[in-house]
Amino acid sequence: MSTTHEGTRTHEAHDDIPVHLSQLEDVVQLISPTGERLSSPGFDPWVDDVSTEQLADLYEDMVVVRRIDTEATALQRQGELGLWPPLHGQEAAQIGSARTLRPDDFVFSSYRENGVAYCRGVTFTDLMRVWRGTAAAGWNPYEVGMATPAVIIGAQTLHATGYALGASFDGTDSVALAYFGDGATSQGDVNEAMVFAASFQAPVVFFCSNNQWAISEPVGLQSKRHLSDRAPGFGIPSMRVDGNDVLAVMAATRIALDRARSGGGPTFIEAVTYRMGPHTTSDDPTRYRPTGELDEWRAKDPISRVAALLESRGAMSDELRSRVEGKADAVARDLRAGCLSIPQPDPMSVFDDVYAEPHSGLERQKGQYAAYLASFENGHGDGAEGGGAS
Amino acid sequence: MTAFSTGTVPAAGSMATGSHEAPASVPAATRTMSLAGALNDGLRRSLARDDKVLLLGEDIGKLGGVFRITDKLQEEFGPRRVIDAPLAEAGIIGTAVGLAIRGYRPVCEIQFDGFIYPGFDQIVAQVAKLHYRTRGAVTMPITIRVPFGGGIGAVEHHSESPEAYFAHTAGLRVVSCSNPQDAHTMIQQAIASDDPVLFFEPKRRYWQKGEVNTELGADALPIGEARVLQPGSDVTLVAYGPLVRTALDVAAAAADDGVAIEVIDLRSLAPVDFTTVESSVRKTGRLVITHEAAQSGGMGAEIAASITERCFDWLEAAPARVTGFDTPYPPAALEEAFLPDLDRILDAVDRVLGRRNSLTGWEARA
Repeated sequence: MSTTHEGTRTHEAHDDIPVHLSQLEDVVQLISPTGERLSSPGFDPWVDDVSTEQLADLYEDMVVVRRIDTEATALQRQGELGLWPPLHGQEAAQIGSARTLRPDDFVFSSYRENGVAYCRGVTFTDLMRVWRGTAAAGWNPYEVGMATPAVIIGAQTLHATGYALGASFDGTDSVALAYFGDGATSQGDVNEAMVFAASFQAPVVFFCSNNQWAISEPVGLQSKRHLSDRAPGFGIPSMRVDGNDVLAVMAATRIALDRARSGGGPTFIEAVTYRMGPHTTSDDPTRYRPTGELDEWRAKDPISRVAALLESRGAMSDELRSRVEGKADAVARDLRAGCLSIPQPDPMSVFDDVYAEPHSGLERQKGQYAAYLASFENGHGDGAEGGGAS
Repeated sequence: MTAFSTGTVPAAGSMATGSHEAPASVPAATRTMSLAGALNDGLRRSLARDDKVLLLGEDIGKLGGVFRITDKLQEEFGPRRVIDAPLAEAGIIGTAVGLAIRGYRPVCEIQFDGFIYPGFDQIVAQVAKLHYRTRGAVTMPITIRVPFGGGIGAVEHHSESPEAYFAHTAGLRVVSCSNPQDAHTMIQQAIASDDPVLFFEPKRRYWQKGEVNTELGADALPIGEARVLQPGSDVTLVAYGPLVRTALDVAAAAADDGVAIEVIDLRSLAPVDFTTVESSVRKTGRLVITHEAAQSGGMGAEIAASITERCFDWLEAAPARVTGFDTPYPPAALEEAFLPDLDRILDAVDRVLGRRNSLTGWEARA
């Protein structure tokens, strides 16, 4: 059992080897945790064009989205957001993949891909709406080529497959990229998505961010084998890459996109990474995370290894540092301002956009609620004359 | 498109090229069709009218569906328009969601009523909510066709009436046709709607024949409106789907007994056209609702409650429900006991008229 893409590194899954899924084994790595550029013949050609300057840009992106995460967590702690799902630790997986996409590609994500949303051009205000509790979703998908995030685990993988099918019917070479986590791989929807994508050879990329934890459940509860081992059984080639390595992620995504664009059908990428923070700001990982695990993964940090690589190339200048810090500071300020600028929605807007066409039942409820609200203005609320509306 | 607000079926356009298609200039044509045949012709016209319309379901291609509703459509429009899907209902609905986001207008076939539950999450959590979630940016013009109801002697999961689950879900529209004419127009209206529509087809009436005006166009009754099939002044009898035929039989039998029943074919279950039901009940003062689905939390409960709120001062008797029992759908040998039929509905008519009936016995007050 192995992956089948020509020219890419494949891996074998051996029945006799116990698989320690939290370990970075059998993964493609182009930048070591200490910042050495490693060689991998199948993957190197896909990132040969990434200049030191571009690497610095990727570094900036990762620093910025980590800063978004820090600022949003602070906003939640200050009572300005109801909830926030941190991406801390997964910056390379998100930036390395999202920065390979074209504007006409379409992203279908979970709620944690806020770094991807940043790359797609979602505004900070729009990014905050859901978490501030003022909207069910933040943005117009067509303006940024990214669907609003799915909260039902794995549901978006089917949407990506359908979208990809439509894109191929339209004769375009646009690709749909579905982000989901390790927990989602247990869902029926994800498995059905792989069946449909394989049957119809849909131009879709399944990007699994294996961050080792589905809230408190370790990935070993979802699978006894590498998650990437499943896809070949569906007839879908897969790759397993170091998800904390921005170049490896970029190479794998480019390979998958190229296959999809040229009619090669779906590809599955397992990006092995780590959720350094809690599941959300409501979670307490100290109740379930083994001692020492976080430190182990801190040593594999996605940002510091790129900083080290830039350093080794003599590119980590004071100018770059101050540019990146300045950008992150500005983004944090904009994020905070964008968050605080979101107005409280009008009560009557609860009825908006349930249907695209008029609906007699809802119109009646809306009219009655408007009358009820108006009754307060007419003295109903202070005990004056006036019947209760229903 | 605004099928629900105007009820119009878009006129056959320039894309209608098949030899089966009458040119748009030809005056209204009436043909005798089965309900199944009318659905087939309605689907054909929708496919011909708009190349964004796709059919997606199990066995709908070469086989033409287990009920042959999509008969010969793949042959005519090709496997890219009429798509045999892998056997996964969540997969069918979820793929349709993605196609809709891409601008397509998918029509999904769920093979049997009882098979819809694996797709339930995609229907209620995605199809129903994406327009709301995206503040109107994304529409879900998806039609989900469901052969429903019993009376065909089938095995478990092949005779259910799950409509109330969907009528309870905001964001969905739920309709049911009862005759070939409505089957023909309503399926085209549903497909033309920018909202998702659960389209319940009365499978035991598939082979019932009737006259179909295939060119009704804008003259068709809007899909969200109920139809008074037969006027009457004594009792309002509300039915939909398979029991509309039964309700008409009830009215005929009652007429022999001097009771004038007004029969309403509800057609739309979400929203319910309460205006039509309300004006009927204000006239008759008595309401009987019948459906095959179980009673508790069903359409009858909603109609009885809403009409009581609206017409309390006009009611001469408490509304009565004649429904399937709060049991699983039984084995075929027991379905006659389970399904509302002419006599059980007449018994409820007697109840709302204050006449002796099975509940009051022979000591009734009238």
